[in-house]
Amino acid sequence: MGLIQKIENTQLKSDVPDLRPGTTVEVSVRVVEGDKTRQQKFKGEVTNIRGAGMRKTFTVRKISEGIGVERTWPIHSPSIADIKVLGQKQVRRAKLFYLRKKKGKAARLKEKALPGESGAK
Amino acid sequence: MMGLIGKKVGMTQLFDEKGDIIPVTVIEAGPCTVTEVRSPERDGYSAVQLGFGTNKESRFTRPLLGQYKKRNLPPSRHLKEFRIADSSGFQVGQTIKAELFAKGEYVDVRGVTKGRGFAGVVKRHGFVAGHASHGPTFGKQPGSIGSSAYPSRVIKGKRLPGRMGGVNLTIKNLEVVGVDSEQNYVLVRGAIPGPPNGLVYIQKREG
Repeated sequence: MGLIQKIENTQLKSDVPDLRPGTTVEVSVRVVEGDKTRQQKFKGEVTNIRGAGMRKTFTVRKISEGIGVERTWPIHSPSIADIKVLGQKQVRRAKLFYLRKKKGKAARLKEKALPGESGAK
Repeated sequence: MMGLIGKKVGMTQLFDEKGDIIPVTVIEAGPCTVTEVRSPERDGYSAVQLGFGTNKESRFTRPLLGQYKKRNLPPSRHLKEFRIADSSGFQVGQTIKAELFAKGEYVDVRGVTKGRGFAGVVKRHGFVAGHASHGPTFGKQPGSIGSSAYPSRVIKGKRLPGRMGGVNLTIKNLEVVGVDSEQNYVLVRGAIPGPPNGLVYIQKREG
C-alpha cells in the first residue's frame, strides 16, 4: 500500500453509515462556541455523494421555514458527531439537484417500499 | 541551517483539531548518512555533508568511490552539504532521519520545479488573456512589446514566452504538520516544488 493511502486510512472513521441519494438522515454537528462545544442537528435528505476515501463528501438538503438549505460535509470529518439514518426515499438518480427547482408538494419524495411489500396486492 | 535530503511522495489532506481540512505534502525524509563533517579548523567553515539513496557502484567515478571506501560507507546517490553554526556534534557514518524535525516547526523546502517547456505569456508570467467569447480575437497573445521609432528596440527584461520551469525554487516557511519516525516521513502544509519522487531539500528555518 502506498504511503499516502496509509496516511489517509488513519483519518477514516469506521462507523460511517451507508448513505445513498434519498436517505433521510439526522446529522449531529459539533459547533464550537468560545470554549464550549455543543451539538447541532441537521435533518434532511441526502442529495449528493461524491469522492472516495477520506475525500468523500455528502450533501443534505432540508426545507427550513420555507427556504431550502443544503449543507455539505466530508463524511469522515471529525466535526460530525453522528449520522443517524432515518429512512430511505425512492429516487431514480444519483444527484437530486432537481429538487432545488421544485417547491412544496412537487418537492416531495416517496418513501421507498420495503422489499416484499411493494405492490404485491 | 541543518536540513535533510528527501523525496516528495505526493499530496493529500488531513483533518485538524477543528475539523478543517489542511492540504499537506508528504516528504520521505532521508534516512541520510553523514558523509563528511566540515570544521572551521580544517575547512574554514562548519557544515555537514549528507548522502541519500543508493546506486550501483558502476554509476560512480573511481575517485568518488574511493571517498566512500575511505569512510567505510555505501555509496549514496545524492550528496548535499548543509552549512550549520556548529558541526562538532556530528560524526561521519551517523544516520539522520525525519526526527530532525518536530511538529509545529517551520521549514524551507527546495526543489526543482516541473518543467513546463516553451510556455506562453499567460502561463509563464500571469498575463491576462483576452475574453474567450463576445467577439475579441486577442486570445493569449503577449500584445504590444514596446513603442516605435523611440526607442526602436525592445527593452531588456521584457516578459515574453519561453522556457518555463525546471529551475530551483525554495518555498519558505512551511509548517511541519506531522512527523512519522517509524515510516520516516514529514508532512508539511501546502505544496512544494517538483513532481512526485522528485528530490527535495528540507531545511530548518534560520534562528
